[in-house]
Amino acid sequence: MSRRMVALGSIGLLVGSLALSLRLGSVPLSTAQWWDALWGRGPENLQQIVQGHRAPRAIVAFLVGGGLAVAGAAFQALLRNPLAEPYILGVSGGAATAVVASLALGIVSLGSWGLPIAAFVGAILAIVIVLAVATAADTRMDVRVLLLAGVVVGVFFSACISLILSLSSATTMQSAIIWIMGSVAGADWGTVPVVAAYSLPAVVVLMAMARPLNLLAMGEETAGYLGTDVETVKRLTYAVASLVTAAGVAVTGVIGFVGLVVPHAIRLVVGSDYRTLLPLSFIAGGCFLVLSDLIARTVLAPTEVPIGVVTAFLGVPLFLVLLRRSFGRRPGAV
Amino acid sequence: MSGTPAFETRELTVRYPGAAPSALSKVSMSVPQGTLYTVLGPNGSGKSTLLRALMGGVGIESGGALVDGIPIADWKRKELARLVGVVAQSEAITFPITVRELVAMGRYPHMGALSPERATDSEAISRALERCDVVALTDRFATDLSGGELQRVRIARALAQEPRHLALDEPTASLDIAHEMEILELLRRSVDGGTTVLLVTHHLDAAARFADRMLLLDGGGVAAEGTPAEVLRADVLGRVYGWEVDVREDPVTGSLRVTPLAR
Repeated sequence: MSRRMVALGSIGLLVGSLALSLRLGSVPLSTAQWWDALWGRGPENLQQIVQGHRAPRAIVAFLVGGGLAVAGAAFQALLRNPLAEPYILGVSGGAATAVVASLALGIVSLGSWGLPIAAFVGAILAIVIVLAVATAADTRMDVRVLLLAGVVVGVFFSACISLILSLSSATTMQSAIIWIMGSVAGADWGTVPVVAAYSLPAVVVLMAMARPLNLLAMGEETAGYLGTDVETVKRLTYAVASLVTAAGVAVTGVIGFVGLVVPHAIRLVVGSDYRTLLPLSFIAGGCFLVLSDLIARTVLAPTEVPIGVVTAFLGVPLFLVLLRRSFGRRPGAV
Repeated sequence: MSGTPAFETRELTVRYPGAAPSALSKVSMSVPQGTLYTVLGPNGSGKSTLLRALMGGVGIESGGALVDGIPIADWKRKELARLVGVVAQSEAITFPITVRELVAMGRYPHMGALSPERATDSEAISRALERCDVVALTDRFATDLSGGELQRVRIARALAQEPRHLALDEPTASLDIAHEMEILELLRRSVDGGTTVLLVTHHLDAAARFADRMLLLDGGGVAAEGTPAEVLRADVLGRVYGWEVDVREDPVTGSLRVTPLAR
């Protein structure tokens, strides 16, 4: 596919998904009403629905989805494994546990600037545990061992969350449970800068590391021989990818499989050069979550389905296909 | 610089973490600039470890490993990558990237983090693709290649680095005789043009034919070092490999030929 086609396709996807998510929702609008409200004309309450409610929600969904997709692609390069993803690796679970703990202890409140920091600490803790467990079992970091370590650590963090919630007040519990299930329903204009401030710089840093990530995806030994300071790049990438994940989790709860589905789709279309993979994953991941949110709030309207349910229904079948493939013949090996 | 060896080890000892015996023990060798030097030995004799230690891929327990007279630990990775192109023993391509993208990675040590590909980079890439006979594969995905094709592409990536020295670990292991000869002649021509080549191989006859000097390892130690005539002796090879061999001059090539005898 030519570069021009890819560029036009991404712009089309971006504009289309944002427009749809502003256009559709539980309050039906005619196209004329929507257009007027979008540009600040017409009835106040419709303007409020489009500009005050749907717009920040779409932007937060876009930033979180883009961030999760980029984080997934980065973890995949680090671990040379298309199944690596913040949710499957237990990173999201670690971030969520830290968030719930901070909420229960009353250190920070939902939607505050401090929450992503707490989530970041949990995310780093999770990845350190998962890597320690996986390398203790097998220094070659076998796919199976790594996935199992991620799942087990994820289960452990779920148990921690249950424990904390069972010990906390009813109000904390209620807001935390709604948040954990994964939702962008709570997003308003105040949430947008919180996500953007943490995730956008981190995404830019990852994009700037596209070349070292290309090399790391070839294997650490080869990456070193081609001039990469492997340990530095690894540490920085783990930290930055965890920060992007944490920013998303802090605001929208645990949303899985974005980092699995999106980079996989992009690789099928344009290949695996991280210089194009990362920017396209960001745009496509953003659109993916905007559209998932649209499905979440319209498919059973007026009831909202948690957005994590939508992404899991799309992501799990793909995960199983990739899992099956990764234990088949290993192509391109010498 | 001409007096300084391209690669040198001094009493080099390497032990892998958790392993009782050392993988290399007190190995001293030196590869003069602009020569083709082969490292031979049975499976597990430490050939690949020697190459890794020289390139900083494994930790050193004692002794020294130097490239152009500078200890390996003192090299910046990027500077080293501009000087030495390495083709490691194995590599698994996990993600779909094209042959051109893979070979272009050989230019990364010459580029800034965000700088675009310059004309010199594109020329080096094209030249490397041509020299390894993989131009026809340029737009194919590396994940779809046969073992032999991928091997040639990996050598092209090392050539794209435009290094002064090459270090290769069994680069012709999965190649047919035509492509094996192509690669060996390519390496020989590079040496005649001033490049140093350190070649780890199992292939004694090819080593005899193309190498200037060779090192024979046995159980992590040096069994013999010198010219092909000095190293490839029936008694030494018989002892190291545990199999009787006959060594005589090949009437066609004029170099030594090693024939394992029936037991």
